[in-house]
Parts: sequence; C-alpha cells; structure tokens
Amino acid sequence: MIPLSWYLIFAAALFSIGLFGVLARKNAVAILLGVELMLNAANINLLAFWRYRAPEGVAGQAFALIVFAVAAAEVAVGLALIISIYRRRKSVIADEMNLLKW
Amino acid sequence: MTIESFEPTMLLAILPEILLLVLIGFVLALDAVWKPEQRRALGWLTAGGLALIMVLALAVSRPSEDPRLVWGGMLRHDWFGFAFKMLFLFGAAITALFAMDAEELGKRGEFYVLMLVSTLGMNLMASASDLIMLYLAIETTSIPLYVLSGFMRHDDHSTEAGFKYMLFGAAASAVMLYGLTLLYGFAGDTSFYSLGLAMHNAELPLLPIVGSLVLILVGFAFKISAVPLHFWAPDVYEGAPTPVAGFLSTASKAAGFAVLLRVLLSIFTPVALPSWTGLLAVVAVMTMTLGNALALFQKNIKRLLAYSSIAHAGYILIGIVAISRLAVTGVVFYLIAYLITNLAAFGIVATFWRVVGSDQIADYAGMSRRKPWLAMAMLVAFLSLAGMPPLAGFVAKVFVFAAAVQADYIWLAVVGVLNSIVGLYYYLTVLKVVYLYRSEETEGLPLPISRPSAIALTVLTLGILLVGTLFGPWFSLAEQVAKAVLRNY
Repeated sequence: MIPLSWYLIFAAALFSIGLFGVLARKNAVAILLGVELMLNAANINLLAFWRYRAPEGVAGQAFALIVFAVAAAEVAVGLALIISIYRRRKSVIADEMNLLKW
Repeated sequence: MTIESFEPTMLLAILPEILLLVLIGFVLALDAVWKPEQRRALGWLTAGGLALIMVLALAVSRPSEDPRLVWGGMLRHDWFGFAFKMLFLFGAAITALFAMDAEELGKRGEFYVLMLVSTLGMNLMASASDLIMLYLAIETTSIPLYVLSGFMRHDDHSTEAGFKYMLFGAAASAVMLYGLTLLYGFAGDTSFYSLGLAMHNAELPLLPIVGSLVLILVGFAFKISAVPLHFWAPDVYEGAPTPVAGFLSTASKAAGFAVLLRVLLSIFTPVALPSWTGLLAVVAVMTMTLGNALALFQKNIKRLLAYSSIAHAGYILIGIVAISRLAVTGVVFYLIAYLITNLAAFGIVATFWRVVGSDQIADYAGMSRRKPWLAMAMLVAFLSLAGMPPLAGFVAKVFVFAAAVQADYIWLAVVGVLNSIVGLYYYLTVLKVVYLYRSEETEGLPLPISRPSAIALTVLTLGILLVGTLFGPWFSLAEQVAKAVLRNY
C-alpha cells in the first residue's frame, strides 16, 4: 500500500505550485486557477488523512464535499467579478488594476 | 462536553439563522413582485425584519449558562455565539438603513439578499465549533461580501475593489483551509473541543500543529486586516460602496475576531501552546503602528478610516495577547464599542457622499455650518474612535490596556497608548477641517440627510454615548460572554 506520506508530499507540492501561481501570475484567471490548485491540495490531504487516520468517521469525506461546493461558488463569483472588470477596462491583468493605491 | 442527539429544542439554538432565511425569502419574493420605484422599501423591510429577529431571539432563544453542543457538534449554543449574533444582526440592520438611499444599492433587492446571506454566515461563524462548519461559515460570509464590494458595476473603483477583495480573499482562505486539513489529519478529529482536549493532553506532534496554526492565522489575519495581511483593506474600503465598506470594517471584522477567539481559546489554548502569544504581540504592535502611521498621510476619508480600522484591529489584538478573563471581556466590549462607532463614521461618510459626491477630506470644509447635527455626530464618532472620554471608545481602550498591564504586558500597553496619541492627531485633523475651515463656494448650500440615515445615525450616536457612560450593563454582558468562551470542557 502506498504510504500516507506520499500523498501528503504530493498535496504539499500541489499547494506550493498553486501558491506560486497566485503570487507570480499577473493574469486574474491564472490566479484563480492557482487558488483552485491550492483547494485541490487541501482535498487530497483531507481524503488521504481520512483513509489512513480516521476511516471509521465521515468527517474527512464530508469536509471534502463541502470544499467542492465552496470552490465552485468561489469560482463562479470570481469569474463574474473578472468579467465585470473586463467589460470596463478590456483587461484582466492584475497589475493594471491600480486606480486604488496608497 | 458531550454532543447531544437531536431534539426539537435545538431548533431554538439556530432560530436567528432560520428567521434570517425566512427574511431572505421575503426580500427575494418582494423584489420580484414590486415595481422598481417601490423597491427602496426593501430597506425598511430588511432593517425591520432584522430588528424583529433580534427581539424574537432575545425573547426565546437565549442560551443558558451551560454551553451546549448542538447539531452533531457543529455549533455551540452559548452566550459567546449569541451575543455576537445580536451584534451582527444590529450591524446589518444599520447598514440596510444607510444603503437605502445610496445610488445603485438601495433599490436593488440583490443587495439586501447578499447582505443577509453574509450575516447568516457571520452568525454561523460566531457559534461554529467544528472545523467543517468553521470553513463553510467563513466562506458563506466572504463570497457575498466579494460581490457586495464590486456591486456598482458601472464604477471603475467599485469593480476594482471587488476584484481585489475576491483574489486576495480566495487565496487567504485557501491557505487557511490547508491549515485546517493538516489539523484534521494530525488530530483525526474536527470538533474544536476534542481537538482542544487532545492538545491539552499533548497527544499531538508539535511541529505540524504549529504549522497548521500559522496557516490558519493567515486566514484569520486577513479577515481582521492585521499586518501583514492588511494591504487589501484600504483599496477595498475606498472602492466599495460606502455602506458596504462600513459593514466590512465592523461586522465582518468582529466575526473574524469571534472565530479567532473561539479557535485560540478552545483548540490552541495558551496552556497547551503558549508560543502564539509572542507571535500575536508582534503582529499587534506592527498592526497598530503601521495603521496609524499610514493614516497620517491620507487625503481620502475612506482610506483614512481603513487605516484607522487596521490600527483598531491592533488594539483589539492586545487583548487577545493578554488572554485572561478581563482581556476577553475587554475584547468583546471593544468590539461592541467599535462596531457602533465605526458604523456611525462610515454612515456619515456615505451621507456626505450622497450629496457632495466626494470623499476628499478637504471637501468637508464648512460642513459644521451646512449641517450642524451631522458634524456633531461626526465629532462624537471620531472622538470615540480616538478614545476620548466619555465615549464608548475610551472605556473599551481602558479595559483592553488594563488587561495587558494585568497580564504583565506593560510594554504592549505603552505602545498602545502611544499609538492612540498618534490616532488622536489624525482624527482631530479631520474634525479641524469640519469645524474650523470655511468654504466660500459651499457656504449655505443644503446638506439633506435622508430619513433612514437620520434614524440610523441617531441610534448610533446615542449608542456611543450610552456605552461610554453607562458601561456597567455592557461590561457585565461582555463578562458573561467571556465566561462562556473560556469554559471549555
């Protein structure tokens, strides 16, 4: 059987890639994709931990399901906000959103 | 504490949430039925409905002295959650009154619905006692707030505020979620109180737990706008519609502090894990100092209030660092005082903007001649923010600083007092413009206040005076709240 640590390392790597995407990418859609990777990393953690550490309960599974639902809602709202700013500025580059500063 | 199986009295524990859902249904239905020009009355419906919910909840769903874990351990029915729920309902009702006459806000049913959904999430945040419920509640609060910040689709500033808030908020909550999963994994449980017990018996590996605490604190620090996760606040407050900015800086921040207190006092108790107090002390000092220092240079009143609200998060964090019965009481009292004071400040800004169309501090010149009552309310609110007696902000600061001194954090209290002096300077600068400066062009022009705003401002100004002078009952309420959250097992 694959040891638990492999799943955790995989999830940590996925989380780091997502975080790097959030911090380094300038395109808002790419930033949202990075956030999705981070949420997926959390889900892998949840399911791996559930299977290996507490398989008798359902908390891990229930948590993962709720994360799906929240992620879907967050992306729906996120894309809507990105579209609303795209209509006014014809751009989704985060660096160009600089009306509000200091 | 044992988890009770279902019985009908549990419905009483979530009565405010159930009634909020009913109110949301009413607002949605009437929004579809009513003609556009009638829809302003949805604000009256929302504010009145929220007031009715508060009365009903106070009448029948008050918790007992003994906290109960209800709904499979997801929620804890205690005075801590209940008092915060009342605070959020009050904040939402006042926000609805301020929003009624705001352009693009007041005549849109969606605005009230989104605000009520967010309030529902805050209510669940205040009573959540399980990691799953905590995450779901935080997201239920945040997602409508992203939309509300970007609500004015025809305004470049508002869309940008919504865009930034959503990107930063989504990233911060994903980091927090990763921390929550680590906590679940290493402890094998999601209930705060079982986690706290395992932590207390030192059954858990230290390093992953500290790591998960840091990740979770990232999410909370974002919600309360503490340094180094404060950078979104000025941009979002400036761009968002002013009533929404007021709601964000008061109710949403109070909800962040509620979960911070609950999680730190039930899972990462100072006995089991004392290291976080040092970390939070550093955060508190940076938050106060940076907030006050940057507020000094602001020309826009909403940005000034944003930096001031960052500084206030720092003062409240002093109470959390000191962590004792008095400190938690002080934090709760501070949040009550801060909520009414800052709602009043943003309400005045919203009222002024509706007539003058400007948020620049320089344009406030001569306001005391145009509308003495509005200037008076501004004087009360700003002096309370600065912490002048006999107003609410003064008493709140005294309790928090006293708790710091009592817990041997004298240096922290000194930093807090020095920061309050810096704060006093920039609040007085605004009041100087309002009272002493005159403006030839605007002299004698009317500055009408709409009826709902006038009602809300009257309630808030009287509240600031009442909490500041007759603070006994409020203090004993805060003490009862502190007692409930400090009672763990």
